[in-house]
Amino acid sequence: MTFLDVLYFIIPSAIFYAAPLILVAIGGVFSEKSGVVNIGLEGLMVMGAFVGILFNLLFADTFGAATPWISLIAAMVAALLLSLLHAVASISFRADQVVSGVAINLLAVALSLYLVKRIFDKGQTDFITERFARYDVPFLSDIPFIGPLFFTSVYNTSFFAIAVAFIAWFVIYKTPFGLRLRAVGEHPMAADTMGVNVARMRYVAVMISGALAGIGGAIYAQTITNDFGHATINGQGFMALAAMIFGKWHPLGAMGAALFFGFAQSLSIVGSSIPYIQEIPNVFLLILPYVLTIFALAGFIGRANAPLANGKPYIKGQR
Amino acid sequence: MSNRVTNILVPLISVILGLFVGAVIMLVSGYNPLEGYAALWNGIFGDLYTIGETIRQITPYLLAGLAVAFAFRSGLFNIGVEGQLIVGWFAAAYVGVAVELPKIIHLPLAIITAAVAGALWGFVPGLLKAKFRVHEVIVTIMMNYIALHVTNALIRTVSEGGDRTENIFASASLRSEFLQNLTEFSRLHYGIILALVAVGVMWFILEKTTLGFELKAVGFNQNASQYAGMNVNKNIILAMVISGAFAGLAGAMEALGTFEYVSSKGGFTGIGFDGIAVALLGMNTPLGVIFGATLFGSLKYGALNMPNAAGIPIEIVEIVIAVIIFFVASGYIIRLLLLRASAKKKEAK
Repeated sequence: MTFLDVLYFIIPSAIFYAAPLILVAIGGVFSEKSGVVNIGLEGLMVMGAFVGILFNLLFADTFGAATPWISLIAAMVAALLLSLLHAVASISFRADQVVSGVAINLLAVALSLYLVKRIFDKGQTDFITERFARYDVPFLSDIPFIGPLFFTSVYNTSFFAIAVAFIAWFVIYKTPFGLRLRAVGEHPMAADTMGVNVARMRYVAVMISGALAGIGGAIYAQTITNDFGHATINGQGFMALAAMIFGKWHPLGAMGAALFFGFAQSLSIVGSSIPYIQEIPNVFLLILPYVLTIFALAGFIGRANAPLANGKPYIKGQR
Repeated sequence: MSNRVTNILVPLISVILGLFVGAVIMLVSGYNPLEGYAALWNGIFGDLYTIGETIRQITPYLLAGLAVAFAFRSGLFNIGVEGQLIVGWFAAAYVGVAVELPKIIHLPLAIITAAVAGALWGFVPGLLKAKFRVHEVIVTIMMNYIALHVTNALIRTVSEGGDRTENIFASASLRSEFLQNLTEFSRLHYGIILALVAVGVMWFILEKTTLGFELKAVGFNQNASQYAGMNVNKNIILAMVISGAFAGLAGAMEALGTFEYVSSKGGFTGIGFDGIAVALLGMNTPLGVIFGATLFGSLKYGALNMPNAAGIPIEIVEIVIAVIIFFVASGYIIRLLLLRASAKKKEAK
């Protein structure tokens, strides 16, 4: 296997694994920029994956090839509703945001598995028949080197995820909404004084995170596992959280980190058939994203500053 | 209403709300909640065997709850109990398999190794928090995954490619014929005594030692503690190390008592995460942890009876637990409502 062959093998698979991570990590960026820690990303992803698969199975006959895309919308709505629970607890009820996030994670797994058993009478769903199609982008895939790397047998969902990252960057850094979002996360009292409704901004931000995490979960389930069971989403949400931190709470940074984690993930899966890499024990590749995140947090890879008010409920009139 | 009463009422109301939500979900999905909860009850207290198994299930929850509660009291949130438990489980099983020694040496050695492994796993986030002000929540989550993958790899190495180790030597086992005979041959083991001793140890550290006083002070207010001349960084590390040791012991319960081996895992055990619920429900006090662990251990074990006896998926209990955590976390709103209710009563008088 030549070096180029290895690249052609690994890069597309890295992007493929990264797409859901990108979306979920961007969701995390929105929530945390507004000052609400969202450990519940994992649970929101689970909900998205479950509803995505369920919808796909139920409506594959009705919508045909469009089913996976419509499933994304269903997953988005379901995860958004679940994220409202986190919003109510952590914004209105002043709950500890980490604890509430843990509750969301437990609830999502339990609820979706409960429903799977109720509906399918077994531990996991059937396999979906309508999947996202891989295709070669016309003309672009003919470009030497770049074509096979980025435009051959790709999923549209990957382009979608990358587009969302750029849109998120624009929204957060170039629009009045983004300015208010960041203000609420850095100094909620100042934002309140300037007439920004802190609670409403935070609700919106958490709902965006829920929506994106739901889509991410549904993409993961419909491209990688094709069914739903207890191990479908196994730490993906936490890896997205890691990508968000590694990307320093910046949408494009989070995308870059997610791409890198996707790379690590694909290496741990396809690495056994690649020279040199197959010599490395698999466990090192598996723990790489987590170890790197710890290094990033400790400041060994440049200082990352979380939004100042992250994790603190805003109580009006309290200094 | 006094503070003490609300402190007890908040968890109590949360539990009732959790069970109520569970009943509603069963009702909506076409099950009979009464049948469901009856099956749960029988699964917990049905006969001597189930009672023995219930107590066995409570044992690791006690220690996991202590681990979370201990860190909480020092102002730290240890989500890493799960990972610390996993490395403790592996360490104890490894010592149990690798050497054969007289029981009086072997068993303590295995238990201590588990505690040390958990403590090491807690030391990393503690050190990073103390030295670099890195938030322990994220580090401990990452450490959970590292623990999962590393122990899986180690198990493969130890078992030469298999996915579980041999059974441990009897000299390292916590199993007890006496307790088994008492409970119609359940897997109840001596670990429960160790866990209760650990409850006492935590109470003693927190209430009777200078270290405990400092840890609590750091938990209340780091700046004030620093000003009072306490070494805040040292206390943060110590709190995480002790918390990790409790979690490691929880792993030893599984390795030396319940299973007597360790197998590679596709996902987390969940005991560490439920430890968060146990600690929260117990208001982070040693005595409260006993109640929390008893409740969650019973729910978890009793739930196993629900599919057979009532045809209801066991996940319903997981839902109930999640809802309970949710309401305990949202204690503010329950306190507020209680305050309003008691204010109204006064007006009426």
